[in-house]
Amino acid sequence: MNTASRADSAPIVSVRDLRVTFNGGKKPVSAVNGVDLSVARGETVALIGESGSGKSVTLRSLLRLHPERRTRIEGRIEVAGEDVLALGSRALADYRGRVASMIFQEPLLALDPVYTVGQQIVESIRRHERISPAEARKRALELFERVRIPSPERRLDAYPHEMSGGMRQRAMIALALACRPQVLLADEPTTALDATVQIQILLLLRELQRELGLAIVFVTHDMGAAVEVADRFAVMYAGRIVEEGPTREVIRNPRHPYTLALMQARADGAMEKGARLASIPGAPPDLAQLPTGCAFAERCTFVQPACLQSRPEAVELGGGHRARCLRTDATAQAVAQSARATANTSILLTETA
Amino acid sequence: MIFYLLRRIVYTIPIMIGVAFFCFLLVHISPGDPLVSILPPDASIELQKQLMKLYGFDRPWFEQFATWFWRALHGDLGTSIASGRPVAAEVMRAVGNTLMLACMATLIGFLFGGLFGFVAGYFRDSWVDRIASALSVLGVSVPHYWLGMVLVIIFSSWLMWLPATGAGPGGSGEWAWDWAHIQFMLLPAITMSVIPMGIIARTVRALVADILAQEFVVGLRAKGLTDLGIFMHVVKNAAPTALAVMGLQLGYLLGGSILVETVFSWPGTGLLLNSAIFQRDLPLLQGTILVLATFFVVLNLLVDVLQTTLDPRIQRS
Repeated sequence: MNTASRADSAPIVSVRDLRVTFNGGKKPVSAVNGVDLSVARGETVALIGESGSGKSVTLRSLLRLHPERRTRIEGRIEVAGEDVLALGSRALADYRGRVASMIFQEPLLALDPVYTVGQQIVESIRRHERISPAEARKRALELFERVRIPSPERRLDAYPHEMSGGMRQRAMIALALACRPQVLLADEPTTALDATVQIQILLLLRELQRELGLAIVFVTHDMGAAVEVADRFAVMYAGRIVEEGPTREVIRNPRHPYTLALMQARADGAMEKGARLASIPGAPPDLAQLPTGCAFAERCTFVQPACLQSRPEAVELGGGHRARCLRTDATAQAVAQSARATANTSILLTETA
Repeated sequence: MIFYLLRRIVYTIPIMIGVAFFCFLLVHISPGDPLVSILPPDASIELQKQLMKLYGFDRPWFEQFATWFWRALHGDLGTSIASGRPVAAEVMRAVGNTLMLACMATLIGFLFGGLFGFVAGYFRDSWVDRIASALSVLGVSVPHYWLGMVLVIIFSSWLMWLPATGAGPGGSGEWAWDWAHIQFMLLPAITMSVIPMGIIARTVRALVADILAQEFVVGLRAKGLTDLGIFMHVVKNAAPTALAVMGLQLGYLLGGSILVETVFSWPGTGLLLNSAIFQRDLPLLQGTILVLATFFVVLNLLVDVLQTTLDPRIQRS
């Protein structure tokens, strides 16, 4: 694959010091507070975090989908050489769907209910390319075959509500790929699906990514799903990326206490009958008034006075692995301890191999 | 689709029988003597009895109903007591006039109401929205017979642009689609359009605001559609409900224009009902109500069918 050779050169997605503030309510809400993110061609990066961590806001900023009047976006977003924040409205519409496109969490809500799926794909293709309706429909058919929808000819004429959940998500993926984008943004694409279908969709995404050399930014709160597809993990908390690195590395040696806590809070795998499910005490901070220090400090087991003074800078741990924490050593120790006590963490790795 | 259509038509049969029964009953339990308008005040008891027998008012009410309904099924609605002409012919002529007026009024109401509603929904909470909303509330609240009189004063008495009453230069003669006739229709049509305009504007505003808040609009934006492209999607999503409301409004206008038709002396069903009530012309009253009710039911059927074809989510089974 020639995409691999280019992967080392300039990243296709480059986000620098992204800050997103919503001004709709009484107080401005800082949903994203200085995110740096690079995605190489053909690479899949998973943005992981709980609700309100800013992962979806970051993703939607890449297409500038937030309501313009109530949102302030600062920083720099570059996708395939386009300065996204500087685009005019027409150029922005041309960019959306053609350079980068998006898969939504719930395709039933994200597709127009009164148009057939085929019509919506044809509309998308003809929006970006001068091509006849018949040709566009042929392309739509090919896309349906590509995402492996059975009897595609018939399904093109189906309305979204006439399809099953998994089928709809496949149609959504076909729609997103209609104009051969270079970057695919996936906003929790498997959350609304049941477990068996989730795996199928993840495998499909991974396969398409390899075939088409797509760069994928994959937002999820499900670590198991992220492990399936991602080359790299970026864990978000309170609008910042707190830990980032190659998937195996982050799973094996988490260095941020939040990442560790997230992994311990997973339900599947090592649950013994009667054992309590580990949870993270407390709640995420109020995004309308963030603490001056580390945002995770008040829920952190390794907290020190220094943590409350200022926001920790990223600590380089080698191999592209970095964490914004003063106590990476304490986390590393805890990981080593628990690895000695049980072999449970290895369960997380069964799929990465 | 044909099966669905057939079933819907069959469903209307019991509705129609019920409607006929109730309109017959309502007219009959109301007090007053139907023959008072044609009998001279000094008529003898014998003459009164003779006429009662002639019109069948002496028989029990259910027998009267059965006879009346059976004839109605064959298109015979009896004879008007006041004019002596067949009710069916009288009603059909009036229905034509009313239908024309109601269609014109609904069209005006739908065009302007839809426009106001769309603008208000798109620019929600802006000054445009406030003006459009205020206009629509005004439209629903203003008594339309009063508005009719005000319009007559302004456009007929002061400006002398439009005629005040009637349905054509020759009084209420043959209708033609030329300016000489259409100018008679403008004032009553505008007067009648005000209520549907307000209702449709409010419905469309709520619809548009609701549609714009849905996730699929973000989806449309994400695939690169411009505002115009998104507008087309909003229209198609709003159309089924907006059309349903329009259909119902047309139904109301067909039956509920008594006051406006009386103000403008428009020779439609409203004016006919008005005179039938005042002259206690029972056959005419029953016949008019039955025909209007039929229109309402048929219109509802049409709206339902249209909605089904526009919105694929409405089940046809």
